[in-house]
Amino acid sequence: MQLTLEFGGGLELLCDSEKIHKVNVDLPNGADDFTMKHLLSWVRTNLIKERPEMFMKGDTVRPGVLVLVNDCDWELSGQLDTTIEEKDVIVFISTLHGG
Amino acid sequence: MEANGGDSSEIVRELEELKLRKTEIEDRISTLEAKLHDTTAVERCDAVSNGYSYPTVPALEHGLSPDQIYRYSRQLLLPSFAIEGQSNLLKSSVLVIGAGGLGSPALLYLAACGVGRLGIIDHDVVELNNMHRQIIHTEAFIGHPKVKSAAAACRSINSTIKIDEYVEALRTSNALEILSQYDIIVDATDNPPSRYMISDCCVLLGKPLVSGAALGMDGQLTVYNHNGGPCYRCLFPTPPPTTACQRCSDSGVLGVVPGVIGCLQALETIKLASMVGEPLSERMLLFDALSARIRIVKIRGRSSLCTVCGDNSSFNKQKFKDFDYEDFTQFPLVAGPLNLIPAESRISSKEFKEILQKKERHVLLDVRPSHHYKIVSLPDSLNIPLANLEARLNELTSALKEKEDDHINTVSCTNPGLYVVCRRGNDSQSAVQYLRDLGFSSAKDIIGGLEAWAADVNPNFPTY
Repeated sequence: MQLTLEFGGGLELLCDSEKIHKVNVDLPNGADDFTMKHLLSWVRTNLIKERPEMFMKGDTVRPGVLVLVNDCDWELSGQLDTTIEEKDVIVFISTLHGG
Repeated sequence: MEANGGDSSEIVRELEELKLRKTEIEDRISTLEAKLHDTTAVERCDAVSNGYSYPTVPALEHGLSPDQIYRYSRQLLLPSFAIEGQSNLLKSSVLVIGAGGLGSPALLYLAACGVGRLGIIDHDVVELNNMHRQIIHTEAFIGHPKVKSAAAACRSINSTIKIDEYVEALRTSNALEILSQYDIIVDATDNPPSRYMISDCCVLLGKPLVSGAALGMDGQLTVYNHNGGPCYRCLFPTPPPTTACQRCSDSGVLGVVPGVIGCLQALETIKLASMVGEPLSERMLLFDALSARIRIVKIRGRSSLCTVCGDNSSFNKQKFKDFDYEDFTQFPLVAGPLNLIPAESRISSKEFKEILQKKERHVLLDVRPSHHYKIVSLPDSLNIPLANLEARLNELTSALKEKEDDHINTVSCTNPGLYVVCRRGNDSQSAVQYLRDLGFSSAKDIIGGLEAWAADVNPNFPTY
């Protein structure tokens, strides 16, 4: 399954300063759907190169990170249970405080 | 040299004094101009010429004076804004919290467009390193309160609106009283505790909050607590770890990035105040300056479980006053120096200067990021950024070895010293702690880093 993953607000620094990643992911054995839970674990293993605690806390993203599935807050689609489909765009963005 | 030094301090002092007087005179001029303006407008109405008395223009229903019609004509001509929009704007009041990178353009546009009453709050003074992004301030105001500077700039653009100045920090003790006087609140601050405090206060008072943020090359914008939309805590119930909260003074920011977001904050505020258009509520604008992309995403609505605006929230004014936002976010509003290591592992910049003068053998390790090192550095220093120290330890070991070998030809038989420096003296302590644990027992940090070097040893050494 082909997906576009984007990192912003400084999270790109955790994955070689690349903001956009076009990736191919496979459905884990025994799973019916590919969910955000699967994707987070895939991202942590395959894309995050340093300080994983700046991306995740427990099995979800750390406080202060917004997750957008096709430009929509993942709170509206079921967070970790959101089903991901072919060609979806998932954005991880760290909230900014500066001014 | 002595005499020259005396002369220049005299000049600086006189300059300061003249600049202050200039500011006061300019303030007085704009006040008088505004007064004159009002008086002549009245006199014009009463003017008698050749025995003919010009008819007084009957008070117009929308309440705009002839001068206001002329001043705001280009907005009145907009069918979607028109006289109704302008009339609403003139009756509205807006508080801008922070007169920095976001607040600068926001204030300029809000003053220019004719918001009836504009409040400005900030406790800071104007510094030279603000000027690249805080475009409301001029060099003449360096060292003066940002609020005074911003208010003078706003008055010089539009002397007909009311401007309130608050030269103080926003705290739980004064926030309710100040915010309650305005219709719309603009968050143009730069830190997490202020953002939580302002949002909570807006929920208690039922005020819409136009929130902007910028750092590096990125910006974000949204409207909170408007028309049943979410508050800041609905989106971020738990504060982020402090390591994820960068300051512009540490991470940098391209001046125009907060400029863009500040302009958009002014726009959202104008829309709310004039009751025109569709506010950016339950949506967030994400600005990526480097790749020239603006994305607007849909965000969650108000959370019924929110601890502040939720259905069963017990949050009230008293709880707000007692709430410790610095503790909640673990983010100090005033960033003080850390004390991580014992005094015997540290030396002052003056002591380090003596080491240089005595030509004592040593290695000076600079642990700042390499792009900092390129701005300015002490001579004969070795740059290994703190983040790479572990991976590049061999470079440090060989630099120390080299100094030891030098010693074969000298009389002294002490081991070379290892001194660690950074920008302000915090990272250098972490580095010394790490190095001592590995057995580099001579490692010492230079207290206060390069800023202390510039302050106490060499005033010509650049700071940033």
